[in-house]
Amino acid sequence: MATDLGKTNANLDFSRRALLRASLTFGGGLALHAILPNVAGAANDGAATEGSALTAFVRIAPDGVVTILSKNPEIGQGIRTMLPMIIAEELDVAWKDVRIEQAPLNEGVFGRQHAGGSNSTPENYMPLRRVGAAGRRMLIAAAAQEWSVAADECDTDAGVVQHRKSGRSLSYGALAAKAAQQEVPDLASVKLKDPKTFKIIGKRIPGVENAKIVTGQPIFGIDVTVPGMLHAVFEKCPVFGGKVSSANIDAIKALPGVHDAFIIHATEANPSKDPEGIVDGVVIVAKSWWTANKAREKLAIVWDEGPSSTHSSEGYAAQAEKMLSGAPSTLLRNDGDPDTALKGAAKIVEASYSYPFLSHLVLEPQNCTAHFSNGKIDLWAPAQNPGPGQKLVAKTLGLEEKDVIVHVTRGGGGFGRRLQSDFMAEAAWISRKIGAPVKLLWNRRDDMQHDFYRPAGFHKFKAGLDDKGALVAFTDHFITFGKGGKPANSSATMPATEFPAQLVPHLRFGQSVIESSVPTGPMRAPRSNALGFVFQSFMDELAHAAVRDPLEFSLALLGEARSLPTDPAKPDPQRDFNTGRMRNVLLHVAEISAWKDRGQLPRGTGKGVAFYFSHLGYFAEVVQATVSDTGAIKIDHVWVVGDIGSQIINPAGAEHQAQGAALDGLGAALGQAVTIEKGRVTQANFDSVLPLRIDQAPRVDVEFITSNFPPTGLGEPALPPVAPALCNAIFAATGKRIRQLPIDTRLLKA
Amino acid sequence: MVYIIEVNGSKRTVDVDPDMPLLWVLRDELDLKGSKFGCGGGFCGACTVHVDGQPTRSCQVPISTIGSAPIATIEGIAANPIGAKLQAAWMELDVPQCGYCQAGQIMSATGLLTSKPRPTDQDIDAAMSGNVCRCCSYTRIRAGIKHVAEGK
Repeated sequence: MATDLGKTNANLDFSRRALLRASLTFGGGLALHAILPNVAGAANDGAATEGSALTAFVRIAPDGVVTILSKNPEIGQGIRTMLPMIIAEELDVAWKDVRIEQAPLNEGVFGRQHAGGSNSTPENYMPLRRVGAAGRRMLIAAAAQEWSVAADECDTDAGVVQHRKSGRSLSYGALAAKAAQQEVPDLASVKLKDPKTFKIIGKRIPGVENAKIVTGQPIFGIDVTVPGMLHAVFEKCPVFGGKVSSANIDAIKALPGVHDAFIIHATEANPSKDPEGIVDGVVIVAKSWWTANKAREKLAIVWDEGPSSTHSSEGYAAQAEKMLSGAPSTLLRNDGDPDTALKGAAKIVEASYSYPFLSHLVLEPQNCTAHFSNGKIDLWAPAQNPGPGQKLVAKTLGLEEKDVIVHVTRGGGGFGRRLQSDFMAEAAWISRKIGAPVKLLWNRRDDMQHDFYRPAGFHKFKAGLDDKGALVAFTDHFITFGKGGKPANSSATMPATEFPAQLVPHLRFGQSVIESSVPTGPMRAPRSNALGFVFQSFMDELAHAAVRDPLEFSLALLGEARSLPTDPAKPDPQRDFNTGRMRNVLLHVAEISAWKDRGQLPRGTGKGVAFYFSHLGYFAEVVQATVSDTGAIKIDHVWVVGDIGSQIINPAGAEHQAQGAALDGLGAALGQAVTIEKGRVTQANFDSVLPLRIDQAPRVDVEFITSNFPPTGLGEPALPPVAPALCNAIFAATGKRIRQLPIDTRLLKA
Repeated sequence: MVYIIEVNGSKRTVDVDPDMPLLWVLRDELDLKGSKFGCGGGFCGACTVHVDGQPTRSCQVPISTIGSAPIATIEGIAANPIGAKLQAAWMELDVPQCGYCQAGQIMSATGLLTSKPRPTDQDIDAAMSGNVCRCCSYTRIRAGIKHVAEGK
């Protein structure tokens, strides 16, 4: 059930294996059933639900109202607005006539329905354009038949088919029934609009649920109510992997308002030890959540804490230091002869960097409402990855997947946390046990102490510059976390292509692994959120050692515009790192941030630059920061420039994602760490892990460069450059180098 | 204990423990789900409502302390002309990302503009820094407040 988010799906146009069928709705309208390919690009059969009105991707009613399903979960990334915009554009309807419904979970029909990896745009842009375009062709065909004219004499505009020669026109609503009887165009060859004629794509469209949000409508998972529902809390062992020995269950059950209390043993509920499956703990069920949560104060559990109870962040750091003094256990990459090249270098630069475990801090704590009845279960959850969640629940309860019905709600933030579906398995188990519908809600301590954390890490760099200041040799020893000598998951790995690989003749990346049972998983821009900080900070160190402008140093390293294939045997221009696209965003951010004038900044103020390629997006960012004599940091301004391809689908959403990602990265750098003592997380709330607040949030200017590449996603790639840009700005302001996150301002005192 | 409280202009009767926080009375007893649970410690502001006109963290206020003080929540804030303008600005400027914090943001912003109709950036920082937005929609929250303050 592990989720591999390190991989981003390239812009493969899966549309050729999509299917489209049309039918007449009960109300006399047109329904388009799109069977989208699965994530591997193989055809889906969609047989289970063929023709079901519930899975019709697009419906056009006789009154002209167009209903479009939004297939993927909305967690704040704007997908519920953006994906329907794509269909509406090619269908050529007025946005005001569009209604949006959340698609049911059915990956056999809709393809992957997840919110991760910034994949929704590359996976869906072309398929959804083709679905919309096919619908438009059928409406035109219906009108042409009605008027006995050639289809190519007809045109469309905002939900109306026109025949200009005769001045006739018919609305889509009036044509819908007839359109349902037309031949369905071949999706692979259906003619698409010229992007220059787009009327919806490229416009600032506000979120389609904004009205519900600002009036407090119950649209989040935590707001779900089911008749007869009880409320549950689940106290888990604070030490990862610990077990319940005993608990005062009878005393808890006797408390007023408490309906039930019981122990869950992982040996029973998760015999396969699925990392997302149920862990040991005690459940309390009550008539209200507050009553259940309050009863935890009286809970006395004897834990068998197990072998992890000796683990600590300090211990991990000591192990890392020891490992770094030796050779890496695994070689990730070796180009040329780095040791000889280092010996011959004119200047050697060495530095060690580290970063902590991080918690996702979603504002809506994990929750799920479950109703087990007659061998089937309904779940309402703010899931990012409902398909694997359905499989996990089926496995946990021993049900068939078809008997696990997942209703995806809006999520109050995700950031990768809800890609794991542990909370769904817990709610499902509890509902079956008590024989009633139940809402499981974690409190903030649960959420912070039982996360799948961004893995901590350590790096030791050694690099050599020649007498002209060019980078000729580069080595990194990377320490990560896992089991059995292997990184825990893809979020705990480092790619062999990590920049500056492929640009330095003599380069070696090595890796060693600290044994740990701290659960880890993807967090917004997995791997990149940490690797961006260490590599782009060290690049700045190298530029200063070479007495070069960091921007010029990077441009020289990038060299001429070209693609650097991950696999030389299989070049992929969309997936492979393109030095030209990176140069362009760097040059543009330098221009809008007045980089060359940075020498005129007052004492204590500096600008830093950093860039990063992740999730198919190219981002360069400049931060201006001021450091006071007491070490206090004020971030004055951030400039973000991105290249995510030929088209910004919703500029309002794109700007939001880029601003949010940059500020998110700053918040983590300034005030966030999860530390382990005696095998448990020491932080429990927002007083010890500090989310960014409005008084810390600088102005963030965002600009996009369009390039001749297919559009790609934006939830993540604007995040990685911001922390190193900040740390590089602090160096420019103070001469002090930050090599550990979060930033310790005590090191910055004058 | 039976309590009669005034919520959004209506008298409501609830029978709950005296120490039940107002947030849970609103959410689970009165089915007003707009005020959100975020941290339970008064650190995030997602549960902000008005008690006697003052922005208040409802997760920190036991029902027994409310008495006759009128309560306004996001569901009723449109009755306040400033609240209604903020709701309209939030939609026009597309302020929400996930939207989970925004009820609390609007309640705090309504309190700010009621006491300071033309707030400076420092006033906004002071009044709004108790409300966390994990999506970091702060640029537009600030713009939304200024939009209303400037009478747009």
